Amino acid sequence: MLTRRSLIRTTAALTLASALPLVPARAQTGPLRLEITEGVIEPLPFAIPSFIARNGGAADAAADITRVIAADLRGTGLFRQIPETAHISSITAFDAPIQYNDWQAINAQALIVGEVEESGGRLIVRFRLFDVFSQQPLGEGLQFVGPREGWRRMAHNVADQVYERITGEGGYFDTRVVFVHEEGPKNARLKRLAIMDYDGANVQFLTDSRSLVLAPRFSPTGDRIIYTSYESGQPQVYLMDVATVTRRPLEAFTGGEMTFSPRFTPDGGSVVFSMAQGGNTDIFRVGVGGGARTQLTTAPSIETAPSFSPDGSQMVFESDRTGGQQIYVMPAGGGEPQRISRGTGRYGTPVWSPRGDYIAFTKQEAGRFHIGVMRTNGSEERLLTASFLDEGPTWAPNGRVLMFTRETAGADGAPAVYSVDISGRNLQRVATPGMASDPSWSPRLP
Amino acid sequence: MTLRFRASALILTAALALSACAQGGLRDGDAVNLNAQGGLGAASDPTSVAYFNQVVGDRVLFAVDQSTLDAQAQATLDGQAQWLLSNSEYAIQIEGHADEQGTREYNIALGARRASAVRDYLVSRGVPAGRLNTISYGKERPIEICSEESCYRQNRRAVTVVSFGPGA
Repeated sequence: MLTRRSLIRTTAALTLASALPLVPARAQTGPLRLEITEGVIEPLPFAIPSFIARNGGAADAAADITRVIAADLRGTGLFRQIPETAHISSITAFDAPIQYNDWQAINAQALIVGEVEESGGRLIVRFRLFDVFSQQPLGEGLQFVGPREGWRRMAHNVADQVYERITGEGGYFDTRVVFVHEEGPKNARLKRLAIMDYDGANVQFLTDSRSLVLAPRFSPTGDRIIYTSYESGQPQVYLMDVATVTRRPLEAFTGGEMTFSPRFTPDGGSVVFSMAQGGNTDIFRVGVGGGARTQLTTAPSIETAPSFSPDGSQMVFESDRTGGQQIYVMPAGGGEPQRISRGTGRYGTPVWSPRGDYIAFTKQEAGRFHIGVMRTNGSEERLLTASFLDEGPTWAPNGRVLMFTRETAGADGAPAVYSVDISGRNLQRVATPGMASDPSWSPRLP
Repeated sequence: MTLRFRASALILTAALALSACAQGGLRDGDAVNLNAQGGLGAASDPTSVAYFNQVVGDRVLFAVDQSTLDAQAQATLDGQAQWLLSNSEYAIQIEGHADEQGTREYNIALGARRASAVRDYLVSRGVPAGRLNTISYGKERPIEICSEESCYRQNRRAVTVVSFGPGA
């Protein structure tokens, strides 16, 4: 995230690297680079005056959209909102000249100006982003058009644009999370699949609680979910279409086999999963349309939690072939696995970052659980969390933030979904309608 | 299972644990034998499910991360095998379970390993393999809910569930 050096630069100029040629040369300053890897030193202050409602039908939407954009940005831990009560200038028209001095006076480094228009049941949202200290627009003004009920997505789209222009990283606000909703006491827990916006809005249940369900994961295009259900009587992998909420077993149920821990391949055409047979668990691959299984591991130990590199060339998984759980990488088509986890303790649930640069994992050591990240060769291990029970990381589509399950101890122990960035900062509980576990973060919505 | 069933089972567990203590002859693992209250016969009837659960013993326990059957577990399973061979009309499902100290998917695999260890042992004692189904619940179905070893050891279990019906 913001390094000390880049922060100093930030105070002087807020500009895109790609816009550099347009920026007057300044001694001792350079383009803003918010590196989201080293931890924020101080969040970047921004101002977002309430978006202007172009007509009466847009008044509520303008206020709601402004609120959601601000919440998205604040939630990253990278940005600090300057309250509207502290503003000197007010924005009375979308195209009015910006009084930069008034925004500099309250130390707003970024200024977001927008308006909302309602037309025939649709909303038109326009915004501009300004670099206050260089007195320049930061990127082009943009306009989004959508149905009124889609106002949250339009707000997230604006916030994604702002985030991308300032950090150079992909935004992750126009996304959803599928997770397991939990109810009931610890020894009679009911579970059902649910889906929501990344910020907890628009919760929808996808299954009832009659059958135990575990660990849903999105397809690479976000339109399908693969998960484990006990509805046939055995743990078995199911495929669900998100739009129609229809499901089917990935493979015909043959009895006697338990399949679980599924994940899509990066092309979405296949699923890798674990199958337990006679006490031995190995990893298999099968097309989403069925067909023959390909066995990818053959050890007599437990091999599970497979995840592919984004280019599809390699697979990471966990195995207890040497005694305790450790993380291994192997060629996607098969071949000799190489152990990459090197520290003490046990390592499980590896997940390859969608950027390809890190593998997130669960580490268990000395009675504590951690979410961590390491390079894909096992180097630079960094533990981001510690608690009684943290497990099951899932990546934001930009590969810079993780969600995971945190469960508290004891008879009243309950799971919740948390997020943390890969520097270990900005640990937050994610809003869910109740107890929740096993989050899977969608790609950016189309 | 339904919530109602499980809730009632919990209450029964408490009641049985008390009675088990009073009788003095039952082990910790027998505390769950309350199925007898559900119409599965009386424990005094040696052909009843209640007898299997309470007198023979329907479960074995495991060490952390292990699926090895210790001497006590083997003795219990010897009794199970004998009973199952004498009562061939019962269907058998072996449930493997883990405590909460582990990741979800690993625990599914570990439960499968434990269930399989019991299955293999029963087969070695003459129970036809075709009568024995296995399932793993991982850490999803704890019977004890504290976060201490006293509970964990009860949850690291394989339970032989017999029900009246075609055995194979």
